[in-house]
Amino acid sequence: MNENRMSVGAFFQKYTMVIALVAVVIFFAIATGGNSLMPGSINNLISQNGYVFVLAAGMLLCILTGGNIDLSVGSVVCFTAAVGCVMMASKINMWIAVLAMLAIGLLIGTFQGFWIAKLRVPAFIATLSGMYAFRGFSNVVLGGFRVDITNEQFLILFGGGRECYVPDFIRQWTGTTGKPNLTCLAIGAIAILVYVLMTVRKIMVQRKLNIHQSIPGQVITTVLISGVIGFIVWQLSNLRGFPTVLIWIALVLGIYQYITTKTAMGRHLYAVGGNEKATALSGVKTRNVYWFAYASMGLMAGLAGILTAARAKGIDPVYGEGYEMDAIASCFIGGASAYGGIGKVSGMIIGAVLMGVINQGMNMVGVDSNLQKVVKGLVLLGAVVFDVLSKRQKR
Amino acid sequence: MANILLEMRHITKTFPGVKALDNVNFQVEEGEIHALVGENGAGKSTLMNVLSGIYPYGTYEGDIVYNGKVCKFNTIKDSEKLGIVIIHQELALVPEMTIGENMYLGNERGHRLAIDWNTTYSEADKYLKMVGLSESSKTQVKDIGTGKQQLVEIAKALAKQAKLLILDEPTSSLNEEDSRALLDLMLGFKKQGMTMIIISHKLNEVAYVADKITVVRDGATIETIDNHGTEPVSEERIIKGMVGREMTNRFPKRENVTIGDVMMEVDDWTVHHPLYPERKVVDNVSMYVRKGEVVGIYGLMGAGRTELAMSIFGHSYGVNITGKLKINGKEVHLKKSAADAIKHKIAYVTEDRKGNGLVLSQSIKVNTSLAHLDAVSSHTVIDGDKEYAVAEEYREKLKTKTPTVEQLVGNLSGGNQQKVLLAKWMFAEPDIMLLDEPTRGIDVGAKYEIYCIINDLAAAGKSVVMISSELPEVLGMSDRIYIMNEGRFVGEMKASEATQEKIMAVILQSGRGA
Repeated sequence: MNENRMSVGAFFQKYTMVIALVAVVIFFAIATGGNSLMPGSINNLISQNGYVFVLAAGMLLCILTGGNIDLSVGSVVCFTAAVGCVMMASKINMWIAVLAMLAIGLLIGTFQGFWIAKLRVPAFIATLSGMYAFRGFSNVVLGGFRVDITNEQFLILFGGGRECYVPDFIRQWTGTTGKPNLTCLAIGAIAILVYVLMTVRKIMVQRKLNIHQSIPGQVITTVLISGVIGFIVWQLSNLRGFPTVLIWIALVLGIYQYITTKTAMGRHLYAVGGNEKATALSGVKTRNVYWFAYASMGLMAGLAGILTAARAKGIDPVYGEGYEMDAIASCFIGGASAYGGIGKVSGMIIGAVLMGVINQGMNMVGVDSNLQKVVKGLVLLGAVVFDVLSKRQKR
Repeated sequence: MANILLEMRHITKTFPGVKALDNVNFQVEEGEIHALVGENGAGKSTLMNVLSGIYPYGTYEGDIVYNGKVCKFNTIKDSEKLGIVIIHQELALVPEMTIGENMYLGNERGHRLAIDWNTTYSEADKYLKMVGLSESSKTQVKDIGTGKQQLVEIAKALAKQAKLLILDEPTSSLNEEDSRALLDLMLGFKKQGMTMIIISHKLNEVAYVADKITVVRDGATIETIDNHGTEPVSEERIIKGMVGREMTNRFPKRENVTIGDVMMEVDDWTVHHPLYPERKVVDNVSMYVRKGEVVGIYGLMGAGRTELAMSIFGHSYGVNITGKLKINGKEVHLKKSAADAIKHKIAYVTEDRKGNGLVLSQSIKVNTSLAHLDAVSSHTVIDGDKEYAVAEEYREKLKTKTPTVEQLVGNLSGGNQQKVLLAKWMFAEPDIMLLDEPTRGIDVGAKYEIYCIINDLAAAGKSVVMISSELPEVLGMSDRIYIMNEGRFVGEMKASEATQEKIMAVILQSGRGA
């Protein structure tokens, strides 16, 4: 059992970003006199950063294939949103518009993936050209002006406007009113329950197979994460309830967690990033792996387009600029390797939350927006430098 | 007694959790060739890294005394200034640059803002002549073979005014002919007064070239054997020191193996070079292998052995491949990819385990299942428990030394990495295994274990094709031997009739005939 006990140093190394996140959260909680932990702040944090989680999930797969990034994401977000908004503005059924936006995203991803996978165009260049081209197309589709969304159903479903929360079915059913929002609490309770059951199953399997993993460690992790979920849900239930955008975020994160850990395709993504030649000689069609990564990125750009349009209740030709960088930064802060083959969805979530918390905290404290960019840049640099240094020590 | 050029006293080097060197004492006399031998991970390379300043002064305990003075090296530059130059196992040349540019890389002639190319190339040519290379120093490195590249490395070291030359496995990527030439070059340098330290796994070479042999085991120097006698020291004598016991039989016997029908047959197989399609890399080769048989392919580096194996393995190498491939008597076309070959139960275990074989950033478990993920998943969803159990099973079967199969492959020693690579392909359940240099760069103990695995495979009725450039290994392990030279098969022998002399004679003859 001894070899599994981590030294203090190794513990800090493994959980640096978690510790950094906790420190930042505490710092801003104090600096804002507790305001940053109030229901409104948490609600805003989720709604404002929905697109980051979605895009970073897609981006993670691209980065896994070998540090490849997708620069076109911001433009594609704007383009898909533009097409959708124009469709809805001309009274086309909302569901058709939604499907079209997802399909266009997927199509663009597949198109760019084609050049990258089949013709071996460097991803940086293929997506840089996409970044220019789709920004241009967005402008053309929008005619250079903002297009608004009036479809209430769309806004509610995808996290825009005042009503974008899951209605409190339980209180409606029992005929009561007031707070906390019981449906929101129920969703949280179910999430925690599922999570705890999964951990229990994992530990049971480990014992059956004689895998020595520190059980207290896993229990503590589970309790802590359940606590965080519980806190967030409790705060949300005391505001307006469960934001609809959180459904989409949770869905995407869940699916990507599953893809990266449980599926053959996920395994191939890591393998290609770790050693492409060895993977090809193991009978894996490596081109399809690249293609999959970029197609999925496109689909996520489509979804992010939907979320962005809903939150802004419309679309402007300049929306989405810099989104790709937020996604890329989240992945790298979350421990993804710039050379590929290493990176987790859980890490990416930490990275995205860390960025979000710093952003919001600085806004609340009233830091100048230019200075905010400097801080973001330094955080990214610091995270990657730390990663590089800690790996050098191991040798 | 000659002057002692270098003395390393009580060197102790600790890494977190491991004592890599424990109170090592090591002396080198001026003008001698001193060999450093030991199993992988014994501490040879660590010792040399301490000497050359890669591990700077202060990170180890003990003293380095060079030319009578205690030295405190902080970087490689410091040690190079005194003439201690190390040539690493992996060649460190930039393929796209010329020989001359490579030789003075980081050590440019002229001013740093105005390189003097005339001096660069004329001096480079001078040193190239000293190592017996006729190439111009303006030749690009990618255009010369590995043997010559190794000589360029030596010329590069000479250009740094080396007085003590350290060669880390200089012949590991060379064929026998080039190796011998290199060793003779070393003997020539010795006559001119150069002092050299050679690290090598090839004990016959060590016995041939070294004046003294120091054995390192488990981070300590065990003994220094004098090799001045009329008879060179026997390999068994050295091995005894390395493993701490006598190895009576380096090649385990294969028992109870019945050789069956022909499993795979290759007819008139020709492969062209992917970049220069007019060049034939494999020329009209025909061969077969039976069930339960181990067929050795002996050939020098560059003979086309790897290219032959990889082209059979789903056309993973080469263009314009012609010829027939029959498995179980039926012709098959594996034109698309390695996946096709795996489907037809062929496995190719690469010679380049780090480059083509393993994903070093992933765990043993992930690497073990990579070529046969279907077997541990249903509908492309991986069953983690099953996968773990499989990795565990192969870890036990192959005696891979690791605390857990979740260990990253990059952290394993060469021998254990090789076992993971074998495990991966054994799990793919092939009928035909193409093993390319299965024991390259691994120590004597691990080699023996790999040989046992090969025997087990044959006993299980698999067909094994073993490519090797080590003659004793080919002779000791094979049932039948093909001899390959310059892309062609130039001979075939039963192992029982083959000897080193016969095989070398065949190669020499074929070289003259062409």
